[in-house]
Amino acid sequence: MQRRDFLALTAVGGGVVFASALAGCATRAENMSGGKAMAADYKDFFFVQLSDTHWGYQGPANPDAAVTLRKAVATVNALETQPEFIVFTGDLTHTTDDPVERRRRLAEFKSIVADLKVKPVHFMPGEHDASLDRGAAFKEHFGDTFYTFDHKGVHFIAIDNVSDPGAKIGDEQLDWLRKDLAARDKKAPIVVLTHRPLFDLVPKWDWATRDGAQAIDILMPYENVTVFYGHIHQEHHQMTGHIAHHSAKSLIFPLPAPGSQDKRTPLPWDPSAPYKGLGFREIEAEDAGLALKVTEFPVVRA
Amino acid sequence: MKAVSRRFVLRGALAAAGAALVGAGVAQEASQPRVIKMTARRFVYEPNEIALKAGERVIVEVNSVDFVHGMNIPDLKKRFDLVPGRITRVELQPMAPGVIDFVCDNFCGDGHEEMHGRFVVSA
Repeated sequence: MQRRDFLALTAVGGGVVFASALAGCATRAENMSGGKAMAADYKDFFFVQLSDTHWGYQGPANPDAAVTLRKAVATVNALETQPEFIVFTGDLTHTTDDPVERRRRLAEFKSIVADLKVKPVHFMPGEHDASLDRGAAFKEHFGDTFYTFDHKGVHFIAIDNVSDPGAKIGDEQLDWLRKDLAARDKKAPIVVLTHRPLFDLVPKWDWATRDGAQAIDILMPYENVTVFYGHIHQEHHQMTGHIAHHSAKSLIFPLPAPGSQDKRTPLPWDPSAPYKGLGFREIEAEDAGLALKVTEFPVVRA
Repeated sequence: MKAVSRRFVLRGALAAAGAALVGAGVAQEASQPRVIKMTARRFVYEPNEIALKAGERVIVEVNSVDFVHGMNIPDLKKRFDLVPGRITRVELQPMAPGVIDFVCDNFCGDGHEEMHGRFVVSA
């Protein structure tokens, strides 16, 4: 079965195909003038994004929290075609003041997701994992909080906007980002992974990155940049110039639409529709990584 | 993190829409502003809703007791770090009726998402 056929089938069988037509996602490969080396050895591929699992959460917004992550892992493992890698965009665990408990939750999370068949898995922290100890426990379990990797011609950049409790990327990391990008072709396909929105989505809900505008300024000269993030526990798609930003659903509880009410209180659990509003996504990279397609999946597929 | 200087507060007034932050020099020349005392603690501002009259000048004196909470007032494009052991003075003079929200923007733990407040400005 071809990958394109698989996508068509998922659209019928419960997944919702969001074929991004946003700028930064739809430029054709033949428009590339300086990307010959990247395109030469390129093959289409897809990866899976999971986010905001909040392992350790206990509360009415998800009475099934003890097994939701395990069910999601099983659903990913049951995909007809396995992804080439997996990313977790933060809030792996629910926060706790207790450093011992924080490490216990991170270790349990790591043990559960070790059952994912696909490797590698790339982990990023959220503020629940990292803000109270500036990422110390996260680093013990998962290594660096910001890093890059490359896959089939696409450059991936993981940005940490949570280890500072004030939601700052910080000058040091911004310099690192600037240096990483300096030698890259302006037309190179770049995917940014992060936890918080880099732009001011809803500042009164703390849905922002305090110095995110600086990161966007650094990325802006590059023509094919797409950002995938978490934090807001729902799908959301927004442009800053030609840069597309796509937030992911959570695997613990959904949050209200941006700015739709006074507080960002979790949406209530619906016993008649468990896991409603939760899920994960596949991201398929086509056309030398310049066309990205997003397909949303529920926690449990019918 | 530094306490906000009065000069910094005054500059903020120029950018504020529908409200003004008042500097010390101005305050001395006009009538004394009302002083409102506020405590910031995990995970609440006390009080978290403050009624104001449009045009009224007030100083909110914030005392954080347990964490360097944030106080971000997006509508005024101003934010403050609330350092325990210091009184953070937030001076404002809202000119139009409406609601001005503020939120803790320094992640302070399980309950951070609930740490909100607002100024309710009446005509």
